[in-house]
Amino acid sequence: MSLLDYFRTSKTSSASLAKERLQILVAYERSSSNQPSYLPQLQKELLVVIQKYVHINQDAMTINLEQSDNRETLELNIVLPDPHRV
Amino acid sequence: MARIIVVTSGKGGVGKTTTSAAISMGLAKKGHKTVVIDFDVGLRNLDLIMGCERRVVYDIINVINGEASLNQALIRDKNCNLLSILPASQTRNKDALTQEGVGKILEELSKDFKYIVCDSPAGIEQGAHLAMYFADDAFIVTNPEVSSVRDSDRILGLLSSKSRRAERNEEPIKEFLLLSRYSPERVKSGEMLSLDDVQEILSLHLLGVIPESKSVLTASNSGTPVILDEKSDAGQAYSDIVARYLGENRPHRFIDDKTGFFRKLFGGK
Repeated sequence: MSLLDYFRTSKTSSASLAKERLQILVAYERSSSNQPSYLPQLQKELLVVIQKYVHINQDAMTINLEQSDNRETLELNIVLPDPHRV
Repeated sequence: MARIIVVTSGKGGVGKTTTSAAISMGLAKKGHKTVVIDFDVGLRNLDLIMGCERRVVYDIINVINGEASLNQALIRDKNCNLLSILPASQTRNKDALTQEGVGKILEELSKDFKYIVCDSPAGIEQGAHLAMYFADDAFIVTNPEVSSVRDSDRILGLLSSKSRRAERNEEPIKEFLLLSRYSPERVKSGEMLSLDDVQEILSLHLLGVIPESKSVLTASNSGTPVILDEKSDAGQAYSDIVARYLGENRPHRFIDDKTGFFRKLFGGK
């Protein structure tokens, strides 16, 4: 390996940057493609129901379906607004 | 019963047709009666790579529509009489392929052939879907490059959900990685994703690494599958791949940079 190569590899190589970007993207795409197709619609309808009682906006709610070996967990996370401000 | 292999990738230009031509020729040369089918309706190219473009009379759509028999449409390869080619239609559009029609053709071919190689078009539309739908084995052709790896991952998702085996809850399609256009030198200098990098993401059974090689273009120029160029690195890589697929144990090659310091210095190749 020449001296020039030494300096080149001491910086972050473009290949490792590529790998990092891919790992994040692929992990995200795998989790979203495994979700059942009714999930976005369910989220919309739940939001409408909740908004009848509490004023929250769309990004205050996240919905997630987790699959483990023998069970599925539907996780619903709603951030309620600060009660002092209402 | 025949074994149905789909050669797929999602992304275009990674070497699906080159691979289909090479492995089908390799399987036939090993004594197995093989047929290779072009699923790229409207953009057929397998005939050119196999060097039989002037002998195409009927195509797969003619067979599906009952305008020709399977035997009329099949082209016997000039280099190996155990190999036949079923060309795609150049004039119709992709929707002319039907699941029922393709299923019937594959069933009929299964009686006569040992291996059926399906050359998938790029993308994830009808042609690509039908090329993979009936498969037993999938050869995922991937380049060490971000968009190709991403698309391969997407295809893996489809293989496990949108195939006949998946729908029937049968044993899943066996997936194999063929890493093509690999340049050990560029991997070493950190400019290209390495085999390990790709495997960290896809984690597939590796059938082989095909090095970036001038011989691939030379082979397509003359219409002879590159596997017949036994002196070339790509040809040898494909021979290894076929042998490994058939159960032979061959050590992997073309992964490490073998170029010596002096050769690099003087630009030898």
